[in-house]
Amino acid sequence: MSMSRATRTPARTRSGQWAAWAFLAPVVLYLLIFYAYPLYRNVELSLRNYTVRSFVQGDAPFAGFANYAKVFADATFAPALWHTIVFTVVSLAFQFTIGLALAVFFSRNFRLSATLRALFLVPWLLPLIVSASTWSWMLNSESGVVNAALSWVGAGPVNWLTSPDWSLWSVIIANIWIGIPFNLVVLYSGLQAIPSAVYEAAALDGAGPWQRFWRVTFPLLRPVSAITLLLGLVYTLKVFDIIWIMTKGGPSDASTTLATWSYRLGFGNLLPSFGPGAAVGNLLIVMALVFGLVYIRVQRRQAAA
Amino acid sequence: MRPGSSGRRVAGMGAAVLVAATGLAACSSQPDGAGAPSAGAGQSAAGGGTYTIWDPYPQYDKSSDWVKLLDTCGTQAGVTVERTGYDTTDLTNKALLAAQQGNSPDVLIVDNPVVSTLAEAGVLTTTEENKLDVTSIAPNLLAAGQLGGKTYGIPIGANTLALYYNKEVLKKAGVDADSVKDWASLTAALEKVKAAGKKGITFSAIGTEEGSFQFLPWFWGSGANLTKLDSPEGVASVALWADWLKKGYAPNSVINNTQTTSWQEFATGDFAFGENGTWQLANAKKTGFDYGIIPIPAKDGGTAPAPTGGEFVSIPVQSDTARYATSQKLVSCLTSTDNSLTTTTTLSYIAPTEAVQTKQVEQNAELKVWVEAVKAAKGRTSDNLGTKYPKISEPMWGAVQAALSGSTAPQEAMAAAQSTAASATQ
Repeated sequence: MSMSRATRTPARTRSGQWAAWAFLAPVVLYLLIFYAYPLYRNVELSLRNYTVRSFVQGDAPFAGFANYAKVFADATFAPALWHTIVFTVVSLAFQFTIGLALAVFFSRNFRLSATLRALFLVPWLLPLIVSASTWSWMLNSESGVVNAALSWVGAGPVNWLTSPDWSLWSVIIANIWIGIPFNLVVLYSGLQAIPSAVYEAAALDGAGPWQRFWRVTFPLLRPVSAITLLLGLVYTLKVFDIIWIMTKGGPSDASTTLATWSYRLGFGNLLPSFGPGAAVGNLLIVMALVFGLVYIRVQRRQAAA
Repeated sequence: MRPGSSGRRVAGMGAAVLVAATGLAACSSQPDGAGAPSAGAGQSAAGGGTYTIWDPYPQYDKSSDWVKLLDTCGTQAGVTVERTGYDTTDLTNKALLAAQQGNSPDVLIVDNPVVSTLAEAGVLTTTEENKLDVTSIAPNLLAAGQLGGKTYGIPIGANTLALYYNKEVLKKAGVDADSVKDWASLTAALEKVKAAGKKGITFSAIGTEEGSFQFLPWFWGSGANLTKLDSPEGVASVALWADWLKKGYAPNSVINNTQTTSWQEFATGDFAFGENGTWQLANAKKTGFDYGIIPIPAKDGGTAPAPTGGEFVSIPVQSDTARYATSQKLVSCLTSTDNSLTTTTTLSYIAPTEAVQTKQVEQNAELKVWVEAVKAAKGRTSDNLGTKYPKISEPMWGAVQAALSGSTAPQEAMAAAQSTAASATQ
């Protein structure tokens, strides 16, 4: 293409440019309508003082960062931020570790390994409403199967969803279970890309299985691990459905994260407060963006090295 | 016939075709749409045009009595009715968005505490503007739709809460349901039930509006007022629930119970009492055990005021005010004495007028306790609270959860809720 274009007359080049723009138009339009505009609206919502009346009439006064100030000053902010951090970090750590362990396990390709691996995908395939409701039944303090099992082994019942000390951990456990398959699949395909010759060489040099993992698998898997963790992070930051279905962020904010708080501000009350709700949503976007930029930077440095 | 020059109609038809052709119907929102963007095209055949009705009853389809009634009312008013059923939690935002884009429905049926929010937003017309007759409606029910001395709709029916009880469990525990007259006798009954090896009471204290709805009969029954959550009476009502949990009269799961899961607990047959609504009456017959219903007792005896549930029929603001006359006919038809019996029976509600309530009890004596409960009931947004109610309700359900989960003492929990509510409603 580029060669032939170079030999054509300028007029043809211009029409080629038009054609290029025509080919670009669908994706540009798509990005504008479905990404840029909603994002712009969300930023605008967060910068204006919306009441239900001004929402309908569209004359909400510009409020600058008043909504953000309100959100930061809210008694819910600090706990919600802390819960978001705990939820994300703990979920990621366990999802990644268990996912990696399973990936290494399955990469040995024993009999039925493909079937078993497929079974591990089930949590991923189930609609979130199904898995979250199932977890909330299992963890019910009155009639849940988990407490029944605990009583068989002689342990007292735990108020998984209704105790302020436990509810956050309950939703984290459910989220880890849901996130493992994603980590398993991505890390497994990463393992497939490591040539077996490297392992053979390591084995010849006398490396045991443990050394082979830490000296060969882990370093070679680093790029894949980084993208897995980043995607997991973005995904986990905004987890909403599991928490909302299981605890509604309760009891009294004990499992409220920024995502559920944003929803509750905007839609979870008879009187919606769109401004602060959008502000919290934007904070989440900024957090995800920061980590995205960190990732790109790290990747560039790796590529340069 | 919808007034408007034929030129405009042709233009409207053109626009409609264009919109349909480009497939951008969802994005196009002419503020001039005057309620029914489709009204311009093709409805001249029906004579009076198309009138849109939105309701929160998606469970009823075209073959249901409810939708048939809507069609009949449309025919009587000489118009075609285009009805859409939305999920009730969706409807508030849908209505606000529609109003923002200038295409509100002609008739909107919404949950009663939402009326004041929509009225505040300027979405609804007052009875002065739309000429609806509300004189026969019970004042305690109508109050939920009143704000600043104006009325924004008419209740289509009401439901409320009472205590279902399991006759067998009470008999085994040696408790007479009629002896439950106040909080002390109820707590005593729960103690006996627990001693007999059964479970006491289940309710819903989830961290949403549902939790506040279930808590209010106890809150109001103590004599407390929503403008002061941390009054001694208010604290006593939270302490009552917290105490039940501590003593094991109520299960810990109530903190996360919706009214549906609470009903499922009661339906297991292990519980003596379950706080639930009129709408469970049909399910109660399926439980397989003998049940009875008593009103929720107030602290010192008598029936506690429970919050009213149920929807209001309202007429949203239109740029074309001439449409109100027909909308008014539609609403009057739905709420007229004759149809009200059909409507309330279909929706399993208690009628908002004395005349129809009497008829309902004649037909089904079981409804008597509910009619009395509805008479004692109180709108959440009443007392001119209006849009202040949601700002009080949210800290209140938070405080109830905090006290029940044991993380905060009732007194401190309610004091914290009161300071949050006070700063939010300033």
